Amino acid sequence: MNFLEIKGLCRNFGGLRAVCDLNAHIEAGRITAMIGPNGAGKTTAFNLVTGLLPVSTGKIFFQGKDITGLPPHKIAFLGVARTFQNIRIFSNMSVLENVMVGVHTRSCKGMFSSALRLPGVSSEEKFIRDEAFKYLEWMELAHLASMDAGNLPFGQQRILEIARALAAKPKLILLDEPAAGLNSQETNKLSKLIRNILESGVTVFLVEHDMELVMNISHDIIVLNNGFLITRGTPSEVQRNKDVITAYLGEEH
Amino acid sequence: MGKNNYIKCALFLIIIGFLPVFVSNQYYLSVLVFAGIYAIVAIGLSMLMGYAGQISLGHAGFFAIGGYTSAILTKFHNFHPLQAMIIGIVFTVFAALLVGLPSLRLRGHYLAMATLGFGEIIYVTSGAATGLTEGPSGFSGVPSIALAGFTIKSELSKFYLVWLVALIIMILSLNIIHSRIGRALRSIHGDEIASNAMGVNVAKYKIQVFVYSAALASIAGSLYVHHMRFVSPTGFNLNKSILFLIMIMSGGMGSLWGAVIGAAIFTLLPEFLGVFNDYDILMYGAILLGMMMFLPHGLTGLTTKIIQLVLSKWKTRTQNNP
Repeated sequence: MNFLEIKGLCRNFGGLRAVCDLNAHIEAGRITAMIGPNGAGKTTAFNLVTGLLPVSTGKIFFQGKDITGLPPHKIAFLGVARTFQNIRIFSNMSVLENVMVGVHTRSCKGMFSSALRLPGVSSEEKFIRDEAFKYLEWMELAHLASMDAGNLPFGQQRILEIARALAAKPKLILLDEPAAGLNSQETNKLSKLIRNILESGVTVFLVEHDMELVMNISHDIIVLNNGFLITRGTPSEVQRNKDVITAYLGEEH
Repeated sequence: MGKNNYIKCALFLIIIGFLPVFVSNQYYLSVLVFAGIYAIVAIGLSMLMGYAGQISLGHAGFFAIGGYTSAILTKFHNFHPLQAMIIGIVFTVFAALLVGLPSLRLRGHYLAMATLGFGEIIYVTSGAATGLTEGPSGFSGVPSIALAGFTIKSELSKFYLVWLVALIIMILSLNIIHSRIGRALRSIHGDEIASNAMGVNVAKYKIQVFVYSAALASIAGSLYVHHMRFVSPTGFNLNKSILFLIMIMSGGMGSLWGAVIGAAIFTLLPEFLGVFNDYDILMYGAILLGMMMFLPHGLTGLTTKIIQLVLSKWKTRTQNNP
């Protein structure tokens, strides 16, 4: 049984086949990167795995469980968290509150018991706050806890998004171009952070265009082009693969 | 719900307790009863719009269901006002589910359209169903609320009843806002897709808060007819729905206290400005426009800004003169 298994996955947008007959798997405890030129279908694949887009055909299994067609919140409850290519933080909330939303899947009190402050609500609230703080401290954002998240600089917004996803204590985290828009210093920090995330027991699946980062940290690489899987292998295997070079640079004449 | 809000609740209680001492005029006391009734609607609508970011243009419809249910059941069928109020809530919840279930599953402003239509349907029906509602002229003789042997008939007793209900609702609502549910609601407002991906059941919470706000409007509607002792469709038209919007927008969208302040201001203001009477909808429009252009965060936003300005001035002054 593979940790995450994608079987014959297709997604069409009208006549456009964004992802086509994709077969791939992710192994637990490893960093897997998905690369490919723009429009290869990487983000679409992420959206299919997290349930944000309905699958046209094919199946997705997470820890042996068929999650095809499940709504995003149910997939989140199973232990899959993600970040977004174009940052989606809650800019109407504080930095701390953003991460507290991340703890949503690990808490359970409903509207009725919250309204009446039934026993257990206050202690759960304290748990959520403490947990959120823990992740802010890890990401070195704790001193900004009460700041409006929308006022954070771009780089820190990316980190905040990662903190929010990690606060769900996921088994699998999907990072959609985490290095986009970061400077080289921030990217270096990010690669350390991704390794730390893996060490904390979270399997990492990322889409990234920064090849130096990808080659440095990934154990496995999946290469897509025009919605199709070209190859899968270790960084050195992928670098030597002819199809990959063709996909990125075009045919030799 | 935070220390700050405990202090505000205590202050609120003190104001409610002592306000009637300064208002001896029975008419003004009666106006303050209306303010309390509208505050209850405004708190619910503020939860829906200011926190969850969903727009309702038909809260007068839920207000009407509560009002008519209470009026009809207590006058013609001898129900106890409390029983009638609860039955009104049940009807309202049912209506809210009917409107909310299809429209809240979608992303976008479908709820605004659905509620706009719903409000009009209720308004037209309340005038047309003469067998049930006595038609456009309505009917009087709705009994007063009686609780534990006391008939709540005087303006003073109605004032205390209505504002105590408002206070209780305020506390419940603040509790919701300062919980994981409140944060889930605000995250939906912030980014529905990210919220969903973080495990928030977006459709469920949108429906819950919509039903909650509708139920509060229903309670307010029941109190309204018992206060007026009269019911007719005119109290429940589109203007009323718009007035509710203006109340929460003027108070400040992201603040329940702002909603109460907005409700109080827009109940009292027309009483002092007679000019409003014939041009009320024009005035409402102008105020709404002005608010959106110059005070997007409402009066509470303005107050915070002034306080921040004064504080920073004071800080620089103390730094300059050590």
